[in-house]
Amino acid sequence: MSAAVTTRRPRLPSTGAIGAAVLAFWLIVAVLAPWIAPYSAGHLVSPTILGPMTWAFPFGTDYLGRDMLSRVLLGARITVGVSAAATALACVAGITLALAAAVRGGWLDAVLSRVLDAVISLPSLLFGLVVVASLGASMPVLIATAAVIYTPGAYRTARSLAVNINALDFVTVARARGEGTWFIMREEILPNLLLPVLTDFGLRFVYVVLLLSGLSFLGLGVQPPYADWGSLVRENMEGLVDGSPAVIMPALAIATLTIAVNLLIDHLPTRRSANDGR
Amino acid sequence: MNRLMLRLIVTRLAVSLLTLWIVSVLVFGATALLPGDVAQAVLGQAATPEAVAGLRAAMHLDQPAWLRYLIWLGGLLHGDPGRSLVNHLPVSELIGTRLPNSLLLAALTAAFSVPLALTLGITAAVRRGSLYDRVTSLLTVGIVSVPEFLVATLAVLLFAVKLHWLPALASIRDVHTTAQMFRSFAMPVVSLSFVVMAQMARMSRAALIGTLDSSYVEMARLKGAGPARIVLRHALPNALGPIVNAVALSLSFLLGGVIIIETIFNYPGLAKLMVDAVATRDMPVVQACAMIFCAGYLLLMTLADVVAILANPRLRTA
Repeated sequence: MSAAVTTRRPRLPSTGAIGAAVLAFWLIVAVLAPWIAPYSAGHLVSPTILGPMTWAFPFGTDYLGRDMLSRVLLGARITVGVSAAATALACVAGITLALAAAVRGGWLDAVLSRVLDAVISLPSLLFGLVVVASLGASMPVLIATAAVIYTPGAYRTARSLAVNINALDFVTVARARGEGTWFIMREEILPNLLLPVLTDFGLRFVYVVLLLSGLSFLGLGVQPPYADWGSLVRENMEGLVDGSPAVIMPALAIATLTIAVNLLIDHLPTRRSANDGR
Repeated sequence: MNRLMLRLIVTRLAVSLLTLWIVSVLVFGATALLPGDVAQAVLGQAATPEAVAGLRAAMHLDQPAWLRYLIWLGGLLHGDPGRSLVNHLPVSELIGTRLPNSLLLAALTAAFSVPLALTLGITAAVRRGSLYDRVTSLLTVGIVSVPEFLVATLAVLLFAVKLHWLPALASIRDVHTTAQMFRSFAMPVVSLSFVVMAQMARMSRAALIGTLDSSYVEMARLKGAGPARIVLRHALPNALGPIVNAVALSLSFLLGGVIIIETIFNYPGLAKLMVDAVATRDMPVVQACAMIFCAGYLLLMTLADVVAILANPRLRTA
């Protein structure tokens, strides 16, 4: 029985509210970055490279003397945008396949589950590296790769829910009415999946952010002139030994985003462990 | 060991082998997508068409993809994954010099992190709900949900830059004494341990709490057994299977971590070899490294599942 179908509005405790606020902050920054960033991404503002935090440059300056605050704000756009696109793709693909597998069953279910399990058993960063090695690290390739890597996770979650719903009476009734596979998937099962799948979306989003910033950190993700938070950490690594804010700030930005999403989904009505499917 | 258990284990091993095979198809398939002519890329624009055609034939590039896959798989199984496209050395030789370094790093990390993580996880489970438990939970959740490179850079910042306890960068080329060895490995091992430990402490805490919540533990408590006796005599022996399972699963996180850590510290291991090969698009090296990593990962996952089967008392009497 799908315990997820509740009409009670979720009451967000303090940590959940903090998570929601931080996530909302980064979403707004991602949308408005070009207008709120004090300088453009490539503008050289200071002769001091890897400079400290000052009033003029609150996040210091980077390895070329650019304003780090602007670079972090503009980087939010790429980190959040690319990750959200990849997560959305993964969830749509995973849910569609899961519904088809649950409603049709049989060999389709068996083959899909077997192959997607094999994809899960590849470490995600490794899979990313193999694809980048052969196709290069353009934005579409990065989005598609992350989507493929996290489709099986979304598939697993949605399939286990869909199989349960598929066995309920109203689905049997619909089938007896003579409704087709597509109708049952869309009208009978999908509406009952949406809430748990939303939680799953958040979890998956965190993994995608971690994967993409990991790739960028290795220099194999987002390529110049674009820079996401992972590339910002990489560019300024030489500042690490002096504790320069240019290397710490983008890293902290990633941490605030991923921790915020984790806090938020911990307090959504259907809790899922942050451990599964990573 | 009875027949049911044996059957479950054999099935699990068969599934692992099947998965490894699908992985090999995926790895080969992903790298076969490479646009452009590899032979042309290796020889450069100045090469004569005859030379390119010769190399194409030598690399079997004129064969269909499924045949190339079989040739590649056969070579892999015979320990000959081909030659590097960049420096033309045999891939097996490149891997042979790097693999021991990575295994040493992994072994040191495991030796350091497993006892520490288990102590953290078990003590947190026993004092569930206390301030100590909540602080460890918060820290481990924090570490699990941030990128590995953030954990590593913060560790360098704390132990090398602020406290000066450990050298930030170290070379393992000239290690002669134990003290030298400790100093050169310390920072990579400590950073990697943080990544692995957080997961392991969380999972072992959850495993022990599952047992502590069971009714026979409540029974022991009701009949007046002391806390130490309850944990050591009643709960731990039954939680041991899940805990060993958790340790094996967490150690598979070594893999993602080792790629980042070897890059940060410029450590001459297998992961660094692979990252460099990706940057130069040296496909034979990428393929071989990817297969070694996947095999290692699958081995740990399989081990975790086999331990879970062996530790399940319900299967013993069946």
